[in-house]
Amino acid sequence: MKKQWPETWKEYNTGGIVFEPGNARSFKTGSWRSMKPVWDNAKCIKCGVCYLFCPEGCISEDKDGYFIADMDYCKGCGICAHECWPCAITIIEEG
Amino acid sequence: MIEVRWHGRGGQGAVTSVELLAMAAIDEGKYAQGFPSFGPERRGAPVEAFNRVDSRQIKLRSRIYNPDVAVVLDESLMGLVNVAAGLKPDGILIVNTVRSVAEVRKSIGYKGKIFTVDATGIAWKELGVPITNTTMLGALIKATKVVKLESLKGPVDHRFGRIAQKNLTALKRAYDEVKMN
Amino acid sequence: MTKPVGIEVAVAAAEAVALCNIDVAAVYPITPNTHIAEHLSDIVADGRLDAEYITVESEHSALSAVMGASATGARTFTATSSQGLMYMHEVLPIASAMRLPIVMGLGNRAVSGPLNIWNDHSDIMLQRDSGWISIFAENGQEAVDMFIQAFKIAEHPDVLLPINVNMDGFQLTHMVEPIVFPTQTQVDQFLPSYRPFATIHPDKPLSMGTLALPEIYTEAVKARDVAIVNSKKVILRVWKEWGKQFGRKYEPVKSYKTAGAETLLLTMGSMGETAEEAIDALRKKGVKVGHLNMKLWRPFPFEELSKAVKGCKLLIVTDRALSYGGPGGPLCSEVRAALYDDPSRPEIVNYIIGLGGRDMRVEDFMKIIETAPKAKKSGGAYQLYGVRE
Repeated sequence: MKKQWPETWKEYNTGGIVFEPGNARSFKTGSWRSMKPVWDNAKCIKCGVCYLFCPEGCISEDKDGYFIADMDYCKGCGICAHECWPCAITIIEEG
Repeated sequence: MIEVRWHGRGGQGAVTSVELLAMAAIDEGKYAQGFPSFGPERRGAPVEAFNRVDSRQIKLRSRIYNPDVAVVLDESLMGLVNVAAGLKPDGILIVNTVRSVAEVRKSIGYKGKIFTVDATGIAWKELGVPITNTTMLGALIKATKVVKLESLKGPVDHRFGRIAQKNLTALKRAYDEVKMN
Repeated sequence: MTKPVGIEVAVAAAEAVALCNIDVAAVYPITPNTHIAEHLSDIVADGRLDAEYITVESEHSALSAVMGASATGARTFTATSSQGLMYMHEVLPIASAMRLPIVMGLGNRAVSGPLNIWNDHSDIMLQRDSGWISIFAENGQEAVDMFIQAFKIAEHPDVLLPINVNMDGFQLTHMVEPIVFPTQTQVDQFLPSYRPFATIHPDKPLSMGTLALPEIYTEAVKARDVAIVNSKKVILRVWKEWGKQFGRKYEPVKSYKTAGAETLLLTMGSMGETAEEAIDALRKKGVKVGHLNMKLWRPFPFEELSKAVKGCKLLIVTDRALSYGGPGGPLCSEVRAALYDDPSRPEIVNYIIGLGGRDMRVEDFMKIIETAPKAKKSGGAYQLYGVRE
């Protein structure tokens, strides 16, 4: 079975280089979420502030210009709701 | 090996003199060192610069304490600094002055050879500025024959570009006019 | 072969770096390295060298900038001294950990305080453990040669480590002396173009300068240590090649008149040349004394040192830095450690000399050799030569 990461000093990449860029994607940080954001598109003014402020970078624009969080990564921190000007985002309990 | 100590004031080009002399000697196939008294100094303050010239490799990297020759670019230093300090008793002192050799000898009490030349006068005439560093090189060469006069041409041309010829003229005049008594 | 030219060593160093066709330089001036910074920028401005010269606002930025450039595959150079090197200190070990083959010129200068701009080795000694290869020039010719050698050593695929070339500040940097320059053709022949191991590029992204948890940090240290220890093989090969091509010999520990010598004097840097005048004078008087000049500091030349001191009864190690409250100077501490297990090791005595630009004359070296046998050697003793009591 291929090792997930180097273990011996000989396996350590020269200079500690990580050759798989963006491998943070494989860590699904949303798995321990207890709260989650919900957008009310009637109130949304499509300003993009929620997208800018998300510390996980998991909010994206859909084809109509509204915003939605990727639930694989959303940790439910609530910053998007805190920053949303028209209060279009509500944080509700997960599950 | 010959050791030379130059006395000047910051901004008068003593360091340039030692560099030109070192370069000329090296162009002749000799070994040479040219270095300033290391450290910062304001314009006008007394400074020293040094040369060593030899036909064999120079490995000494200490400072020069007993030079064979002392060159004084600016006469006003003689009241402030003992320009003959450590100078070998059978050495040579070359001073930029209009005074006679006898007068200089009386004021400084040095027993070795003394040469004088009015380098400031020459520099004013040939260069238009009272900077005597290249002029005094001519006097040094005549007094010591440490390098050939022609060997200065290359380094002076390279360093001074457009004003090289004027500097060479001043240099040659001091070479011709420096006197021993 | 070209004729020797009279040139200031710092200016010559800049010319040597230009011959190596660097891509990026960021040099913040500090006495006595200023002439390297100034002259290299002149060379770039005159169009003689096609390189990016970044005028940074500090030495910390200088090294950081060249690290970034090196990570993209550029051949890079920086230079500094003393407080500038201290300001870079935070990034120095990272350059080594990231295995970036940066070449740094050092005009060795005393470390403050009190403030002192003159020459000693305290600046480089404070960077001892940073994982850089360190070589010391004994004269201007060596300085020029070593810069060209440095790029070849650092960029070798079995090395990939940053390297610093040490020149005594003022003593060497501000000295006009005869130097023979290799031609551009000779340098191009000697130094191939830089083939980086990995580079950051938008088309093939990767991460450099990463975090390591306790689980892997020790392995990272081992990998880097092995690299620097093994770099000695490459250094010796490069020096051998240089000797063949240019006729000038370089070795980790140079021996001078050591045949039959009962006493040996060890120096690092340009004071070695003055010391050799003392050795010559003493040999004329029949004193069996010789001189060793260490040119390779990191990786430490254990074998070469051991070989060089064979048969010697008294080894006088001169240091130009002091570890306060410690067992004397860094060079002597390491020499003692290196020779500890050798049953036939000589007696070792430590003289701290030439601190903060204090001049050392031929007479001073002769005095040291004369008084060393009676000097205290045990219990971490060292002699601070010339201190006025």
